Amino acid sequence: MVQLALWGVVLGSIIALGSVGLTLIWGITDLFNAAHGDQMTVGAYVTLLVVALIPDVGFLQAAVGPFSFPWAVLIGIIPAIIVSAFLAIAIDRVVYKPLRRMGATSITGFIASIGVAWGLRGLIYVLWGADFHFYASGIRPMVSFLGLRLRTDEVFIVVVAWLATAGTYIFLQNTKMGKALRALSDNADLARVAGINTDRMIVWAWAIAGFLIALAGTLYGIQTQLRAEMGWIFLLPLFAAIILGGQGSITGAAVGGLVLGLAQQMSTAWLRPTYKPAVAFMIMVLALIFRPQGIFGEKESR
Amino acid sequence: MSVLQVDNVVSGYGSMEVLHDLSLAVGQGEIVAMLGPNGAGKTTLLRTIFGVVPPWSGTITYKGEDISGVPPERLVRMGLAYIPQEYNIFASLTVQENLEMGAFIRDDDIHPRIEEIFELFPDIAERRKSRAGELSGGMRQMLAIGRALMLNPELLLMDEISTGLAPFLVDAIFERVKELNDQGVTILLVEQNAPKALQTSDRVYIIEGGEKKAEGNPEAIAADEEIARLYLGRS
Amino acid sequence: MQIGGLLSYLVSFSIMAAIYGIFSMGLNVQWGYTGLLNFGIAAFFAVGAYTSALVVAPLPTGPSADYVQQAIGLNMPFLVGVAAAAIVSGILALLVGLLTLRLRGSYLAIATIGIAETIRLFFNNEPWLANGSQGLVGLPQPLYGLVPPRYYNYVYLAIVLVFLLLIYFALERGIRSPWGRVLRGIREDEVMVAANGKDVFNFELQSLVVGAMIMGIGGALYAHFRASIQPGLFRPTYGTFIIWTMLTLGGTGNNKGAILGGFVVWAFWSWSSTVLATVAPAGLETRAPFFRYILIGVLLVGVLLVRPKGLIGEERQVSRF
Repeated sequence: MVQLALWGVVLGSIIALGSVGLTLIWGITDLFNAAHGDQMTVGAYVTLLVVALIPDVGFLQAAVGPFSFPWAVLIGIIPAIIVSAFLAIAIDRVVYKPLRRMGATSITGFIASIGVAWGLRGLIYVLWGADFHFYASGIRPMVSFLGLRLRTDEVFIVVVAWLATAGTYIFLQNTKMGKALRALSDNADLARVAGINTDRMIVWAWAIAGFLIALAGTLYGIQTQLRAEMGWIFLLPLFAAIILGGQGSITGAAVGGLVLGLAQQMSTAWLRPTYKPAVAFMIMVLALIFRPQGIFGEKESR
Repeated sequence: MSVLQVDNVVSGYGSMEVLHDLSLAVGQGEIVAMLGPNGAGKTTLLRTIFGVVPPWSGTITYKGEDISGVPPERLVRMGLAYIPQEYNIFASLTVQENLEMGAFIRDDDIHPRIEEIFELFPDIAERRKSRAGELSGGMRQMLAIGRALMLNPELLLMDEISTGLAPFLVDAIFERVKELNDQGVTILLVEQNAPKALQTSDRVYIIEGGEKKAEGNPEAIAADEEIARLYLGRS
Repeated sequence: MQIGGLLSYLVSFSIMAAIYGIFSMGLNVQWGYTGLLNFGIAAFFAVGAYTSALVVAPLPTGPSADYVQQAIGLNMPFLVGVAAAAIVSGILALLVGLLTLRLRGSYLAIATIGIAETIRLFFNNEPWLANGSQGLVGLPQPLYGLVPPRYYNYVYLAIVLVFLLLIYFALERGIRSPWGRVLRGIREDEVMVAANGKDVFNFELQSLVVGAMIMGIGGALYAHFRASIQPGLFRPTYGTFIIWTMLTLGGTGNNKGAILGGFVVWAFWSWSSTVLATVAPAGLETRAPFFRYILIGVLLVGVLLVRPKGLIGEERQVSRF
């Protein structure tokens, strides 16, 4: 049981990190971005691309410390983050910004994001095919502690995921831009009236989301394997996490992610593992019905 | 010369025209009140002046410069500020963060100004670390005004800041409005509380159905029985 | 390709497109007329397909009984299966609606996706019900044997078209009735309708149920056309999102648009893989079919940006009192 909980924390950490960017965009632009998962996939594959490009010289392809993945992955994350951020900005520029200008509802944005999701997934399929890919093959070392076992990679994932999540939180709480982003998320009309350049803030929000998306995608890729549908399948738990957390709430999304990760893994003690996603959906549906503003719902209802 | 001049402005939302050819002017140092029934277009006028809603036609000039359709982030640099009627604070931000957002466009140290605002509104100073959403109604309005004052505006647009407040708070708020005006801030306000508005303002416009129905000094408006009966809800 | 081959391809294409047209009309009732964000079409699709399969197919006998599990197998006529599909889908919609219709906007969308996926996982994980992930094969087909098997699809196309037209005319009548007027009123201004003394929730529930019954019929027609169903067929992409694309592209609020969208999107979807596979450079033939994801994605976004009302927008409806 404790072992299951530990695995739940690993899964929950990735969900938490993935959902932070999603809830940020939801809060600021009111968009439920269905392409978020596929943007994660893109991030993971850009890392893969760089890993494949880096020549097989000595230490670059050697495993990082006690982990299974090579140094090349850590180098590859950097371009992946940059590409992902610019991709996110570009998508907003081409799709969502014109829709906002047209006065389209957030529902239209959601439907459009499904189109974006298809486009990105198609791109991954065409460029890399439907096969599985790995950053590294070979054994995955484990660590044991008090009779509990965890892969070293998973320790890395948990640490990085929470560092990034906490970093985002600190950024939003303490920097001028972070506060402006929260202000925009809280009350977009008033933010404009106060003189905050909302268009520019939205660009920054997408950049931050893109950064987090690529990181989450790559960590997810380290945890399992890469395939074109990885992000799409991961999307619903992310939605569940941000709904649990409440619109625009970073802490809510993080806790929501953790709760879902734990619930999914621990449910396998009673249910078939193939029911794991259903556990996430049911928690989400129940949360929606009984507490639609989320655990950490902050927005004043209008 | 007037600070703000609105000439023949037509505006609305979507395909619905709300303002029909509306003109008014606000002189330097004046308090001008707009009165009239709900849905008359007073809020729409403020939103149009402040670039939240683009005007369909007509011109808006501020100190001789055409500001029709200029976005808010540029207007605040020119010395305008706007306090919307509802949702005029960032509820999930702290009181101090709300004030910081009021000076978003300034890159220098804004803390001296924040302290000045807190001196002006000592009640909210005690709550500076609280979430704005936890404040009482009166304090919320103080904070909303404080936020708008962060950049030392020369022209302040206020939309029904007294709505829903207890009478003694209404008095307090209007005292503050008077004080600000004495310090040289020109004010254009929309108000439901007609007696209070007539008592505070230098000039009054009566707006109904997106059109100007009357204008004049408060004494004349108050004395006009027809206006009182038709627009101010007195019989 | 010979003329005969092309024709038979067109027939099977038309069957699928017409079935998708039916789903699209079902969604049009819910979203187009009432403004309900049902993103759980796949649930009603799957339940319709499975219900009809279990009602029409007999219980497995002989050697197949060893490896096919099926909770029931009523061996009833095809039309009973279709009717059962509509009823069971409708009941599901009633339950889903009671649970979720209080939710607004995107929340309803996400809740319905979650419910649909849960139902798919249920079919997948409970082999006693309908053979789990293996699904059911060899489902009976109506009027089979009327013509030689190679011409059977013509018969089935006729059956599907009859359903398509019946549903179309029923909906066109319904939407011009006072009932349809209330639904459109809810879409435009819910508060106003409530102020006029109408029970908004009740009407929304009716709309959801009617739409879901249509989807259930679509699911039944799909099951007996393919003659085999597996839970994997009812994933959100094929079961829900493609139908949203069809309605959005064809014209939300317009039943003709819903049908047109079904044909156009299905044409893009099914033909692009065929065409692209022939022109793709050597070595990439296997990836060519995936181009259709990009194509459909661009198509959907393009329509929303350039022609938000779809190919044929909503007609002004004149209600008869």
